[in-house]
Amino acid sequence: MAQFTTLTSRMMPMPVDNIDTDQIIPARFLKTISKEGLDKQLFNDWRYDASGNPKPDFILNAPEWQGVRILLAGDNFGCGSSREHAPWALTQWGFRAILSTSFADIFKSNALKNGLVPVVVSREVHAKLFELVAADAQAAVTIDLASQTLTLPGGAKVEFPVDAFSKHCLLEGVDELGYILQQAPAIEAYEARKDVHLNTLQPS
Amino acid sequence: MSTPRTIIEKLWDSHVVAEREGAPSLIYIDLHLVHEVTSPQAFAGLRARGLKVRRPRNTFATTDHSTPTTPRSLPIVDPIAKAQVERLESNCEEFGIPYFGFQSPHQGIVHVIGPENGLTQPGMTVVCGDSHTATHGAFGALAFGIGTSEVEMVLATQCLLQRKSKTYEVRVDGALKPGVTAKDIILALIARIGVGGGTGCVFEYRGTAISALSMEERMTVCNMSIEGGARAGLIAPDDKTYQFLAGKPFVPKDAAWDAAVERWKKLPTDPGAAYDRTISMDANELEPMITFGTNPGMGIPVSGVVPDPSSLSDPLERDSLAKALRYMDLTPGKPLAGQPVNVVFVGSCTNSRMSDLRAAAGVLKGRKVNPKVRMMVVPGSMEIKRQAEAEGLDKVFREAGADWREAGCSMCIAMNGDQLQPGEYSVSTSNRNFEGRQGKGGRTFLASPLTAAASAIAGVVTDARKL
Ligand code: SF4
Repeated sequence: MAQFTTLTSRMMPMPVDNIDTDQIIPARFLKTISKEGLDKQLFNDWRYDASGNPKPDFILNAPEWQGVRILLAGDNFGCGSSREHAPWALTQWGFRAILSTSFADIFKSNALKNGLVPVVVSREVHAKLFELVAADAQAAVTIDLASQTLTLPGGAKVEFPVDAFSKHCLLEGVDELGYILQQAPAIEAYEARKDVHLNTLQPS
Repeated sequence: MSTPRTIIEKLWDSHVVAEREGAPSLIYIDLHLVHEVTSPQAFAGLRARGLKVRRPRNTFATTDHSTPTTPRSLPIVDPIAKAQVERLESNCEEFGIPYFGFQSPHQGIVHVIGPENGLTQPGMTVVCGDSHTATHGAFGALAFGIGTSEVEMVLATQCLLQRKSKTYEVRVDGALKPGVTAKDIILALIARIGVGGGTGCVFEYRGTAISALSMEERMTVCNMSIEGGARAGLIAPDDKTYQFLAGKPFVPKDAAWDAAVERWKKLPTDPGAAYDRTISMDANELEPMITFGTNPGMGIPVSGVVPDPSSLSDPLERDSLAKALRYMDLTPGKPLAGQPVNVVFVGSCTNSRMSDLRAAAGVLKGRKVNPKVRMMVVPGSMEIKRQAEAEGLDKVFREAGADWREAGCSMCIAMNGDQLQPGEYSVSTSNRNFEGRQGKGGRTFLASPLTAAASAIAGVVTDARKL
């Protein structure tokens, strides 16, 4: 998994609550059997008009916002489906962190497995960030994962929560599957127990 | 005496494989359901690492999302969908996973075939790369959706790293009025708590109105737990659960069945167990519900009016509602009943089982779908299709002018060619009304099969009780 330590970037504002995974990447692009090329379909239906041309008024298309690494979004970002295509599309486009007041559970779990950091901030900080970006599109913040701090333009620091395990995995670029595989003896011991439900499924 | 526990805690405790300082718990998964959309990259991952599927017999696959609902004698026309369906089948063969493929007489929506075949059982942990996995919670299982990286982890290890969720009691007491359904219970709950209301929680639905529901209705309620932000939602097993499961192909037989039932009877929440959160609703007061906006929390009684963004004080909330109404092209303050509709869809893992089809057919019998409306009825599984045909429901639908199709997700997710045209309105029995969910530019009103069928006849959003 891609490592994450610190990141300084401007913030692309997307002031919409409950941005669901069907907006992040519409279902019709999920017929692919690979992970590649999904950046082209990120926010597809907000991004392109009926004939497939980029809409100039959608922020992702604006030349001045290219290269930005942080998305500043409304509450409950990533609600809806379990598609991991959502964080794949976001990271392939170039995002490495998302700022919001809250994230949907499955999206958050998927994002953390792909080196995309969901940063939860308070309502006050969230509102302030939108104000800062509105006043100055160049306003940049720094995310430091090790100290779990977000440094605002002007130097004020706020802390954000990350669970210890995800933090470790992100800092070291460790993937979870490798970690679980190391616990094979515990899994075998569990499977050997008589009181588990495992045996209720008959072989077909 | 030990501390009283909720069913959610009992399920959790019995599946902990290992706990390590500074890491989430390692949890065992009893049943892993797999479908064509969220699995190919996971199988590719296994191959790249040279790993096998740890327990192929606790894994089960079917194809449903990008699968056409046209007659099975026809080929899959979309080459990308065809490649995906075929990839699932070849992956299952390579890794020894049982599956109900495209041509199987048992194929169907993954959350419909699990219970139908008795794969889903009380006391299990069930996962699938699909957020509506909570459906299986209707059987007293801890069932939740996972991403593709986690699909790979479960394939390889039968385990997942998980943090314990908060317990959220959803009490619904009283009796539903005639014409009010399980779908209306869950739409009313989500309208009340919002689409993020259950984030970090597992719902336990309980109370007299929940006990009174059939197993199919319980699945409808649990199905939409994710729409309230909860990763899982469940209902403790009872005699109805055991009656439903008895004799199903994958459940234990004879003495093993009796032993299983004895074990399952210990699952319900102990008296006096505490929940982290609680909400209660009065079933007597519920009305048929419908959504007007672009997330499932934007719901009102079918006789209600479209809310006004200017009544909201939070600027972001106000803008989000205004954006939704712009997309839906609806006027604040106007009733939704009477709004013209172009398409009616009866189907999806929320409402495509026998009782849903019977309810829709009951409204349609002897009537005609409005000539301005295109109505599609898509059974949840091929098994259901055969049973509906044996009961003559297909004739009712066809004579009314509706299209009766093969099993699959169909217009719930619009991946298989069944979709709305830009600007069209649908009344749909599915679970999501996100922008473009049923086709780019399409607009969705979520409702029960009764409301859907009544709206198909009238050609406008209609309360079935007033038809
Ligand atoms: S019917 Fe709809 S919600 Fe259910 S599994 Fe299929 S796409 Fe998902």
